[in-house]
Amino acid sequence: MSRTLVSIQPGESARVASVGGEAGAARRLMDLGLIRGTPIRVVRVAPLGDPIEVSVRGFMLSLRRAEAEHVVVD
Amino acid sequence: MENSSTGSLATTGLAPEAGPAQLTSQLRVALIGNPNTGKSTLFNALTGMRQRVGNYSGVTVERVEGRYRRSNGTAVSVLDLPGTYSLSATSPDEEIALTVLLGLAPDLPAPDVVVLVVDASNLERNLFVVSQILELGLPVVIALNQVDTAAAAGIRVDSVELAMQLQVQVVETVATKGQGIDVLKRAIERASALPLPERSFELPAPLFRAVQPVEAVLVQAGFHPSTAAMEALRLLAIAPEGHLAGIPGLEGEAERARTALEEAGYNARAVEAEVRYGWIAEVVEATVHRFGSAGSSRTDRIDAVLLHRVFGPLIFLLLMAIVFQSIFTWAEPLMTAVEGLVGGVGNLAGSALPEGDLRSLVVDGVIAGVGSVVIFLPQIVILFLFIGFLEATGYMARAAFIMDRFMRGVGLHGRSFIPMLSGYACAVPGIMATRTIENPKDRLATIMVVPLMSCSARIPVYTLLIGTFIPPIAVAGIFNLQGLTLLAMYFLGTAAALVVAGIFKKTLLKGPSQPMIMELPPYRLPNLRSLLLTVSHRAGLFLRRAGTIIFALTIVLWALATYPKTEVVADVTDGAAQEQQLAGSILGRAGQAVEPIVRPLGYDWKIGVSIISSFAAREVFVATMGTIYGVGSDADETSVALREQLLAETDAAGTPVYTPLIAVSLMVFYVFAMMCVSTNAVVVRETGGGWKGVKWAAFQFLWMFVLAYSAAFVVYRGGLLLGFAA
Ligand SMILES: Nc1nc2c(ncn2[C@@H]2O[C@H](COP(=O)(O)OP(=O)(O)O)[C@@H](O)[C@H]2O)c(=O)[nH]1
Repeated sequence: MSRTLVSIQPGESARVASVGGEAGAARRLMDLGLIRGTPIRVVRVAPLGDPIEVSVRGFMLSLRRAEAEHVVVD
Repeated sequence: MENSSTGSLATTGLAPEAGPAQLTSQLRVALIGNPNTGKSTLFNALTGMRQRVGNYSGVTVERVEGRYRRSNGTAVSVLDLPGTYSLSATSPDEEIALTVLLGLAPDLPAPDVVVLVVDASNLERNLFVVSQILELGLPVVIALNQVDTAAAAGIRVDSVELAMQLQVQVVETVATKGQGIDVLKRAIERASALPLPERSFELPAPLFRAVQPVEAVLVQAGFHPSTAAMEALRLLAIAPEGHLAGIPGLEGEAERARTALEEAGYNARAVEAEVRYGWIAEVVEATVHRFGSAGSSRTDRIDAVLLHRVFGPLIFLLLMAIVFQSIFTWAEPLMTAVEGLVGGVGNLAGSALPEGDLRSLVVDGVIAGVGSVVIFLPQIVILFLFIGFLEATGYMARAAFIMDRFMRGVGLHGRSFIPMLSGYACAVPGIMATRTIENPKDRLATIMVVPLMSCSARIPVYTLLIGTFIPPIAVAGIFNLQGLTLLAMYFLGTAAALVVAGIFKKTLLKGPSQPMIMELPPYRLPNLRSLLLTVSHRAGLFLRRAGTIIFALTIVLWALATYPKTEVVADVTDGAAQEQQLAGSILGRAGQAVEPIVRPLGYDWKIGVSIISSFAAREVFVATMGTIYGVGSDADETSVALREQLLAETDAAGTPVYTPLIAVSLMVFYVFAMMCVSTNAVVVRETGGGWKGVKWAAFQFLWMFVLAYSAAFVVYRGGLLLGFAA
């Protein structure tokens, strides 16, 4: 049973296992350092419920749930 | 494709009296790095105010160039490449950066030296693009910028160790204070003489074996071996597009490499990022030292409020309300001043020139026409200031974060919100602000609909028609019908903008849904100098673009309204003379000729003339109505004489020409119609310029006109059917 980034509650952390989904988006996330083993923390959810903000490698990134669903964590 | 390092050998023996410096052609430097590293600030520190801004041919990526002089008098040209996180070419910005660095851009040779701007407070992510660029076979200098911000965050980067690790020169800089700039210039001079940087990590054996054949194909196609190695790794994750498209056998080899890797237990798509970040981890380990506690940062604390579930949107709305309130209140006195100035210049020219056509051309044509553009400059500049401020502080990305869910409803990105909102003041800054939208299709869709937001040039038209024809009766006790009508016009434009954007995104500008992966940069206090530089550059751009076209068009319109001359019967008032003159002119006759076209909307030829004359700028409608109704061209939207004239106007049969229904239909026409040459000019530039831009602008003009006509028709005919005749 693999968990994805969307199931992580704000304030909680996990490690990236893999990034899938549409090639361009996956590529961009990996370029930004979301690769196997990278610690990632969900900071908050936008007021309207989407997108979400994560903290990774010392910077803040926002991505939509649709993209976060393809980030598998463990 | 080989990087030909200009050997000084070629110069020996030539013209012995000239020093080598004069013989070497100008040195070309390119700046590149992640967004928000301080690249533009560094560029300004290097080149001073001497910069030129254009576009890369065919795309709307901004091309910023400047130069500085060396001590020996020769020039160094500096190109500020768009900010990029990688060379993966998943966005137009990255594609441009890569093609320029490879020397494949149409009108740009490859740079002689690449200055990689790196943010010391975020070395890890910044090193990704560095590791790619080190493999391009170009001389590189690293500008380790923001060492002050890093120190404040408890981070020290050992620049000597970094230089050792990367085998290139590393210069510490604080671009905002100009620190390290001289050292950087010296490093740039030395760079070409040093050995070229190359990949400083080894690929795991299976990966090495897998990419070998891909590299071979690329070398065969003319790539530098080192560049080929970079491109081969990149190709594991992407299809050969852009400059790699059409290389025979490339995709086949890449596919074989991917299969081989998957069989060896690798994730082919992730492997480049994994090997690069693996190497980066070692470099960071050796060079980055943290001291002090990493408590919650200032940005965290600010975001806890500004992105709060409840307060976030409230603050956002409040901020937008303040912005708009100040645009209108601050701009008001400035606009009056501009108006006075234009009037003064007109009077001056009027008294200096003899009575006659030349005077009329200069005063009524050129000065009045250019005045109609300049009058909006205060609003535009104030809006540019706000947008620039929001960008520089880092709030712009937060606004997109808050509004993204809402904008996604019509297939757009959160970043489209502020440009559309700006459209309420003026479409020009709104359209220019779409540059922050990364995806070209989202950008185009936004550009297409921004002019539907009711801008301030429509206010005079609304004011005249509402004030004259809509009775100020109370509705539901507290509302006023006049106010409600005005609100309805704003609502209509906004709703149409959202709906049309949605339609475009589903049809013409359809594409795979675009990711919204966006950095939320740390908050910063904006640098006043660079803010003013940005604003003046954008305002100048607008004046040049719109000014020249308006200038030409107003002369044409003036001529159409002036010729042929009508013999005016003596002893009539000035106003009546103007009226007769206009009726007999080409413009007046054109109005009569188009009457059959506007008749179905309930308009007569006089309204037709006013519409034609307001093609350049909407607010001209009011002045033309003033002329046509003989109250003089200086009538404004609150002129009592003009209002009385309109109410009293009857046709041959004695029925009133204007009814509230016609007034509403006319307003609806102005809600949708694209009657603004300044906007057209800006759209041409922002959709790619040249012929391509002209096509987009013409398309926009046409669909907006069709929409305006149909909507006005529906309102008028529908109103008649519902019995709103009188
Ligand atoms: N403290 C500090 N701020 C800097 C430095 N360089 C740039 N900045 C600020 O960082 C922000 C982003 O800079 P800019 O040049 O626009 O970044 P670009 O996106 O890389 O072009 C601006 O607010 C600059 O004033 C620096 O060396 N130190």
